[in-house]
Amino acid sequence: MSGADIAAIFGGAVVTVSLSLVGILIGLPIGLGLALIRWANVPFVARIVVLYVSVLRATPLVTLLLLLFFALPNIGVPINPISAAILALVMNTSAFNCEVWRSALMGFPKDQYEAAQSVGMRAGQRFRRIVLPQIVRVSLPGLVNEMSLLIKVTPVLAVVGVVDITRAAVRIGSETYEPLPPFLVAIALYAPIVFALVSLQRWIERRQLAVEAAA
Amino acid sequence: MIHDFGIVWSERALLLSGLANTTILSALSAVAALLLGCILTPALMSKQRLVSWVARVFVDGMRCVPFLLFAYIVYYGFPSFGVRLDNWTSGLAALTIYNAAYMAEILRGAWAAQPREPIEAGVAFGFPELRLFRRIILPPLLLSAGPVLGNQMIQIIKDSAFLTIIALPELTHAASSIQSRHYVPFAAFITAVFLYWGLCLVIEAGVNSIGRVAEARR
Repeated sequence: MSGADIAAIFGGAVVTVSLSLVGILIGLPIGLGLALIRWANVPFVARIVVLYVSVLRATPLVTLLLLLFFALPNIGVPINPISAAILALVMNTSAFNCEVWRSALMGFPKDQYEAAQSVGMRAGQRFRRIVLPQIVRVSLPGLVNEMSLLIKVTPVLAVVGVVDITRAAVRIGSETYEPLPPFLVAIALYAPIVFALVSLQRWIERRQLAVEAAA
Repeated sequence: MIHDFGIVWSERALLLSGLANTTILSALSAVAALLLGCILTPALMSKQRLVSWVARVFVDGMRCVPFLLFAYIVYYGFPSFGVRLDNWTSGLAALTIYNAAYMAEILRGAWAAQPREPIEAGVAFGFPELRLFRRIILPPLLLSAGPVLGNQMIQIIKDSAFLTIIALPELTHAASSIQSRHYVPFAAFITAVFLYWGLCLVIEAGVNSIGRVAEARR
């Protein structure tokens, strides 16, 4: 394995990290929107959201990705590997994020909402000033956990031809007939990213416990 | 579109054997991972520093590695050490070893939340260590960890789909081969998605009934 090979894997890492970030940044607000639809119990739409979340949570990312990548062109929507990858990640993570946001919304104390109503805040203000800051704090560990899960499934994107860490490692392995070293480099790149997120989650949980104990 | 589903229906034998393989693979490795987890958990909680450190490094290491890369290493990397496994064995081994770490961590969390009294009572009655673990600690542990273990089961089913990359004939692989043979991508993969959904609903129903047993025993 040459220096150029290692550089290729690092190049793949840039793709992996940017795709994950895009997936997270789009998936977070969509998840929140889905959770709000369920919370507000919007007729009919809320039922669809329940179904969407239940199916998506049970679907392996590979299957979803293959479905999007092969079936969308079939019905006349052209899609390249990168957009299929982003769409699959967003669909997957928004379903999980929806559950995290929803459980935070369920635990939100109703009296605060009513207090905000009685001082004459409008619906948007109530949500932005009273509800959102508090549910963000409650959902944070769950959301970070979901981010680390998302990064752990990104190697699948290589299946449709996205040149990420895994695809670069597989290519080098098949060229040099020594698959082990490139895979070890790939793991050495993945492990710190996931470990950082797991540690962040533990740190947030510890800090929140400490704040609660002090209060 | 209806015609496409007709083609998938005509290939139902392939799809059902894929579903059966996914089920067998997930069930076997879930049981094996749970058993391994039951061995690992006392090691995690061990008072001997070396034992608990080794177990901790293994568990945290597995939790930081993507399953797909781990499966690649078991299938393509192990032959470098002279261990050559076929795709079934390496798929099963990868699923089992990887998920054993998660099972151990789940059981450890449930253990830490258990009330101390029954365990201390068991010690006072003179239970030897192994019997204490098997008869006093483990049963309530499994019951209280039930829902989380169920989630991990669903995770195992989803992980098993990754094994399509080492050509293991599971559900996603079956859907892929139907799609490449007849070019019916939507019908083939959406059927697979709904079959996965069905499997997960079965597991959720199972977890709920275990939860009722746990509630009744309290």
